[in-house]
Amino acid sequence: MLRIDCPCCGPRDHDEFRYGGDASVMRPAHDDADFEAWYRYVFVRKNPAGAHREHWQHVLGCRQWLIVERDTRNHSIASVALARNPSGKKPPARKPSQ
Amino acid sequence: MSSNFNRLAEGGRIDRGRPLDFSFDGSSLTGFQGDTLASALLANGVSLVGRSFKYHRPRGIFSAGAEEPNALVTLGTGGRREPNLPATMLELADGMIAESQNRWPSLAFDVQSLNSLFAPFLSAGFYYKTFMGPTRRAWMFYEHFIRKAAGLGKAGLEPDPDRYEVRHAFADVAIVGGGPAGLSAVRAAANAGARVALIEQDFRLGGQLLSERRGSEAAAWLQTVEAELKGFRNVSLMARTTAVGLYDGKVLGLVERRDDPQAAGQALQAFTILRAGAIVFATGAIERPLVFSNNDRPGVMLASAARTYVNRFAVLPGRKAVVATTNDGAWRTAFDLAAAGAQVTVADLRTMLAPALQAEASRLGIAVRAGTHIADLRGGRAVKAARLAGTGAETEVDCDLVCVSGGWSPTAHLASQLGVKPVYREDIDGFVPGPFAAGQFGAGSVVGGYTAAEAIETGHCAGIEAAASCGKTKPVPAALELQSAELSAAAFRNVPAARGKAFVDIQMDVTIGDIALAHREGYESVEHLKRYTTLGMGTDQGKTSNFPALSAMAALRGTTIPETGTTTFRPPYTPVAIGALAGRAVGHHFKPTRRTPLHEWHVANGADMLEVGLWMRPYFYRGAGRDVNEAYVAEMQFVREAAGLMDISTLGKIDIQGPDAATLLDRVYANSFAKLPVGRARYGVMLRDDGIVFDDGTTTRLGEHRFFMTTSTAKAAEVMSWLEFLLDTAWPDLRVAVASVTDEWAAMSVAGPRSRQVLAAAFPALELSNEALPHMGFVEGEFEGRALRIIRLSYSGERAYEVYVGASAGEAAWRRLIEIGEPFGLRPYGVEALGALRVEKGHVAGPEIDGRTTLDDLGLGRMVGKRSGFVGDVLRRRPALGEPNRQRLVGLKCLEAGTRLSGGAILFKQGEARQGHGRGRITSVTYSPTLEGYVGLALLAGDVAVGDEVVAVHTMKNETVRASVVSPVFLDPEGERLHG
Repeated sequence: MLRIDCPCCGPRDHDEFRYGGDASVMRPAHDDADFEAWYRYVFVRKNPAGAHREHWQHVLGCRQWLIVERDTRNHSIASVALARNPSGKKPPARKPSQ
Repeated sequence: MSSNFNRLAEGGRIDRGRPLDFSFDGSSLTGFQGDTLASALLANGVSLVGRSFKYHRPRGIFSAGAEEPNALVTLGTGGRREPNLPATMLELADGMIAESQNRWPSLAFDVQSLNSLFAPFLSAGFYYKTFMGPTRRAWMFYEHFIRKAAGLGKAGLEPDPDRYEVRHAFADVAIVGGGPAGLSAVRAAANAGARVALIEQDFRLGGQLLSERRGSEAAAWLQTVEAELKGFRNVSLMARTTAVGLYDGKVLGLVERRDDPQAAGQALQAFTILRAGAIVFATGAIERPLVFSNNDRPGVMLASAARTYVNRFAVLPGRKAVVATTNDGAWRTAFDLAAAGAQVTVADLRTMLAPALQAEASRLGIAVRAGTHIADLRGGRAVKAARLAGTGAETEVDCDLVCVSGGWSPTAHLASQLGVKPVYREDIDGFVPGPFAAGQFGAGSVVGGYTAAEAIETGHCAGIEAAASCGKTKPVPAALELQSAELSAAAFRNVPAARGKAFVDIQMDVTIGDIALAHREGYESVEHLKRYTTLGMGTDQGKTSNFPALSAMAALRGTTIPETGTTTFRPPYTPVAIGALAGRAVGHHFKPTRRTPLHEWHVANGADMLEVGLWMRPYFYRGAGRDVNEAYVAEMQFVREAAGLMDISTLGKIDIQGPDAATLLDRVYANSFAKLPVGRARYGVMLRDDGIVFDDGTTTRLGEHRFFMTTSTAKAAEVMSWLEFLLDTAWPDLRVAVASVTDEWAAMSVAGPRSRQVLAAAFPALELSNEALPHMGFVEGEFEGRALRIIRLSYSGERAYEVYVGASAGEAAWRRLIEIGEPFGLRPYGVEALGALRVEKGHVAGPEIDGRTTLDDLGLGRMVGKRSGFVGDVLRRRPALGEPNRQRLVGLKCLEAGTRLSGGAILFKQGEARQGHGRGRITSVTYSPTLEGYVGLALLAGDVAVGDEVVAVHTMKNETVRASVVSPVFLDPEGERLHG
């Protein structure tokens, strides 16, 4: 049973999330015409027993896509980050409007 | 009243002031508050309670706990019938109705007990050997009879009227097992400041302490600790609750059950998902039986169980008892039985016995036979005598109760469910849980601490450690000690080989002979042994049989027990009713129901509603015809000839805003959107990354940086998630935001030659002429203070408009269109007509966009032109997707009057052998009032050209129909009806 610590919403049951596949594969640029690169991105997976970077979306919450590092052997989660901001650095605070 | 004649005059943890009436196989009996069904049956002298699985041998109550292999009953009647419940775990309740199982016509006289005579043929692997190979067909004939003869109870066929719950719960420390170890752990963890949940399968806390005599020090200890625990606000005591599953992340699955049929209004069972910071396993141990001939006769029971019935329930299960043991612990049963007035003989396998035991035995008048074991039992429906062999001459001892003890096995099941193999410990001759993961602890018998003093001490330590692992470290007072004179449970093994019907797994009728047979035939691994003989595969999951089977196999193979190994432990620990897992998600609560803002109108105006995914949509309107076939054709006709109104609120709607909105659309759609002028709409097709068509819809440019996208009803959620995925993970640099607005808008389609006249009359403030609003044009306005958008789009092939209104004004807009449209001939139409209209027009939808078709397959390839750089572009060029023999979209028209096409029919060429998968299949069909015949869309492969004849075969409907291949656009191929 997973519980994912959503950076926006806090720890939530995995029922609120949708799995989105392997996050370790690199999506080619939208205009990359290299067949091999797309083939590898779409079809080739490592399926490791151990640490695995994967995409999850908090569909019943903030709807953010997340990058979750999960151990496939025991479901322990090492880290959760926003896919938009994997380094976890906070964006500069906006000044409140007067 | 002659009932309860086995009840002792005093003692026990029962409330004699509260008698409870219950029935067993139709006889009315009485027990007391505090009884289990099993103890009440024994009190009433009912010793025969069931028939065995395979041989239909008479069986009695064997244990006093969850390990019960024999005494399975069906509880309740009608929709409340619940089969296969161990009587030993059912808390007796007033009005309880229980039935024995697997007997016919009655428990005492069972026709199929003749199976015992054929026993030599029914050994392990019998069915496999008999019915595989040349005689395989015979299985088809015999299966029904065999399944009827073997087996357990039967569930009811009526709906279950009771309520079930699924809950989530949280705790710092979860403690499984409310015996001395568990209670001591709760006390320690609670004092340390942790939020504690104690899970106990029994309806009373105390575990083995409940089986101690009233007035003993153990009983006093239990009373003190229970009172102390009730004072904690951070402790929740969950009795009647079994931890059935251990899951990753320190999650326990708990099932709480109530067996009281009077507890109306309460959930009968609740499944709780408990998330804990730490778990303490204090699950105890289960006594091992002994294997000897006829060891399954009613009257044979575990020694500890007999002691439980005497001390906890004040029931004397027999007046002449033989206690067969390999260890000191079972002598307590002999002492307590003798003290309760039974005549007792102890047959101890060991030749050297402790003098203290012998002295106490002699004081109580117990006959002691050192160095002997039971060789066989006499008696059918009840045990009559035991034949003792070993030191000295063989003798027969008359008895009506045989108590057996072969030592104890730690209850390592739950702790081993995550795949950590249990570890054999020589000092206790048993398996304990393997190394605990972080945050998991063990205490008491499950880790080999069999005495109460050890249990209390290890429980205390585990409680402190578990609390500390959750950061709760308040000082804890010393463990409350319990000094009780205890006897070692350390067992002596080396039981002589048994012959005849000596059962290892009593529930599955697996004998020692079956194990020997499995060994001879090469099924030596425990996993093979289990599957070949069905050992341990009953509802009790071999709780009493696993270890005896392992030791038997180890002896046959000449290996050690750890080398032989154990089988894999999986949830659930005890059987779980499906109702408990489903909770309230039954009937129409099984999934959510989505209703459009116009739902009430449809229902009030004769619509037949249809489930489409989660949505409810109007299927057809009864005003148009008596049934769907009559109605949809009529509805099609008024759309083609006048005007129709359709609820399309279920379409996915996505608001797309930002300077890079056009760039996003250009990338996700296969066709271009960048040059779409403001105020215009365009049909678009999306591909998946692998080049297969994903979804289609229209997108309207509301402004330079703002678009309004619609998707199909079925793919709405997926498209939304896909756009978010691309923006979050692949193109975070695009300055664009997407938001689902599906529920914000009511949407309706006004279609037909008179659609413009209707709209102009309904919304006079808007300019809707062909010049102001051409095909694929867009205007916006206001309706009753809500936003109004009109997009001129056609799905049916007629001049048509999609009208979007803020959801709260949706029904008012619909009513206005219906009222104003009536003189023009406008009427509502349902999804069946909608689908039929699009088939006539040759538009593809879900049946064609089936996750396997490409743009070219669907005839949409020319939309893309020479574009590149969109999702799916590179992989759609895979050679395999361009092969000439792919199935492509065609139209089909029936060739013979009076025949019809059927969706799903397989297509063959004229004269071709009609076998295999054919050249393709029909995806969508409709009757076409315009063409006065059945037409359909199909995916068809090979060198088939327009004008060729094919044969459509629907084997399940036994139809063979001739059809000719035509263009998929059956109506108005030039699109003249759309324009102007």
